[in-house]
Amino acid sequence: MTVRRETAHETDASALQIPFTRFIDTDGVPVGELPDSAREAGEVVRLYRAMVLTRAFDEKAVALQRTGQLGTFASSLGQEAVSVGAASAMRAEDVLVPSFREQGAQLWRGVSMKELFLYWSGDERGSDFAVPREDFPVCIPVASHVPHAAGVALAFKMRKEARVSVCIFGDGATSKGDFYEALNIAALWQVPAVFLVSNNQWAISVPRRAQTLAKTLAQKAIAVGMPGEQVDGNDVLAVRHVVARAVERARNGGGATLIEALTYRLADHTTADDAHRYRSDDEVSAHWKEDPVARMRSYLSRSGGWSKDDEEALVRDCTSQVDTAAREALSTAPQPVSAMFDYQFVEMPFELKAQREAALAAKGEMDA
Amino acid sequence: MPERTLVEAVNLALHRVMSEDPSVIVLGEDVGVNGGVFRATVGLLDEFGEDRVRDTPLSEAVIAGVCVGLAAQGFRPVGEIQFMGFLYPTIDQLINHASRLRLRTRGRLTCPMVLRAPFGGGIHAPEHHSESMEAMLAHVPGLRVVIPSSPARAYRLLLAAIRNPDPVVFLEPKRLYRAVKEEMEDDGVAGELDQCFVLREGRDITLVTWGAMTNEVLRAAGSLAEDGIEAEVVDVATLKPLDFETIRLSVDKTGRCVVVHEAPITGGFGGEIAARLAEHGLTSLLAPVIRVAGYDTVMPLPKLEADYMPSVQRIVDAARTAMEYS
Repeated sequence: MTVRRETAHETDASALQIPFTRFIDTDGVPVGELPDSAREAGEVVRLYRAMVLTRAFDEKAVALQRTGQLGTFASSLGQEAVSVGAASAMRAEDVLVPSFREQGAQLWRGVSMKELFLYWSGDERGSDFAVPREDFPVCIPVASHVPHAAGVALAFKMRKEARVSVCIFGDGATSKGDFYEALNIAALWQVPAVFLVSNNQWAISVPRRAQTLAKTLAQKAIAVGMPGEQVDGNDVLAVRHVVARAVERARNGGGATLIEALTYRLADHTTADDAHRYRSDDEVSAHWKEDPVARMRSYLSRSGGWSKDDEEALVRDCTSQVDTAAREALSTAPQPVSAMFDYQFVEMPFELKAQREAALAAKGEMDA
Repeated sequence: MPERTLVEAVNLALHRVMSEDPSVIVLGEDVGVNGGVFRATVGLLDEFGEDRVRDTPLSEAVIAGVCVGLAAQGFRPVGEIQFMGFLYPTIDQLINHASRLRLRTRGRLTCPMVLRAPFGGGIHAPEHHSESMEAMLAHVPGLRVVIPSSPARAYRLLLAAIRNPDPVVFLEPKRLYRAVKEEMEDDGVAGELDQCFVLREGRDITLVTWGAMTNEVLRAAGSLAEDGIEAEVVDVATLKPLDFETIRLSVDKTGRCVVVHEAPITGGFGGEIAARLAEHGLTSLLAPVIRVAGYDTVMPLPKLEADYMPSVQRIVDAARTAMEYS
């Protein structure tokens, strides 16, 4: 159900009305008529399974980091519905331009868990996805990837391809110039892009309220002449619906959209962070009541499409997949030292060849 | 053969490569109707249309960032930054993305983009329009930094830069944009990147420089010749990756070297050349390597800029100092 939410006072309210969409409440009860995309039980179960798999992946990654087998890792605990819902609204030929907390979207699109574990263990080969070949690797410098999505979408438009780029970033990113500049050019040039803010309320220790006085992040679209809207980011059906609508509008020549998905980061910022330093347990506990995974499980149980046995089988299956992928990733032979050099340029410059030889000699490696 | 200025040569190269390769697109501030603030893109809009010649909003970070996105999709974007002083918002894109996209995806995505920017002093431009910060860019692994010093080299090196499959920053010495004309054919033949050019041969001392300073250095070489000192002049042309071999061979022959650049002396690229000579050419050296460069102060406004930039006299003096060692 889409409601209109007043977002500003002392201004022209009609210009600042930001639509907000939610279909399922925190108890898993529909709040109104469900969209067509939610009517097919198989698809809804597929979304739920993907969220559970993402959570199992994150849990394993954090455990591996704690035991020194993975580097610093950013869990998406609590944000699975945004990531999975967005990816489920894309076609295979679209391009995802993700930040570093969108493993749910990456897995949905076909990036393997082995590749993700490999990347987070410190191996570049984890970004050489077997599929999807044109998706961007994760972006760590916040918001610096938003212009890429505009560039990719411009490429689609210039080639007259019916494809869309989807860029996901956090609430902190909306304070950066890159975000605004990219949105501005995407709107101006009417390129087929969707910009999705996964507003998890925290940019490390700085809360959403300390980022901007703007009442919503979605309204930042208004300044560039782009439609902006909010969605309940803990309702995967709503995320999927709203993103799909924006993706198809972009695909049909209707231009770009900014979507703010309201969610919550239940985990620390990364494994290197301790969120107890800046937020209370009470706050986090309160947000666990909005957990997107529990919400869908409740919805599926209520609608009779999900049993305790189904749940147990799914958890077993996810654990097994995650364990297998982790084992494969961690037993992958390290790259030769020459790999540092071999991918920097298409044709290796002479002076780099000399450095490569020196590095090989220092390691006692033979040239491949 | 027709005579061309350097900025005309840049324009010709853009026309040539855009007519050959539909994946080349030009984008930047005022590059369309206005033809660029220096007229480097004049006529492109009429010939290739607004899809391929795009006036962007005033948004340097996004010019570079959109180039990365286009390049990852197989286009060959050529972004223009109006002056080097306005290039700094693009540094994030150059360091964090353009230079590493290919490496970090193990070749899955590549970044064949060129970012052009006029640089250097000597045209009495306003504040922020005259700096030479090329060493900062040359420090970035994975970036090519190319600086032409004549119309023909601008034409040939720009063709090579745009056809190159990796990211290139192409810095144009704006003092030379219209200073000289050179006979050159618009034949579409690219020059060699990653290569120094010997502009003048000599047996006594090697003068190494790039960009607009080739002008002062060649004049200094002429002045030294009147006193019987034969200077060899090396134009580095591609700072990174550096063709050190050409410099080393020259210094092997002459035993003396002066490096000249407009940029501030400390951390300037002259330091890199001096260090390499110390590492790999010490036994050939008869004198210390001397740097003639800008000072470690902010580039002054036009009334003092001539005193900031290396003059013919300062270069001659440095060369004489180097010659005094025996």
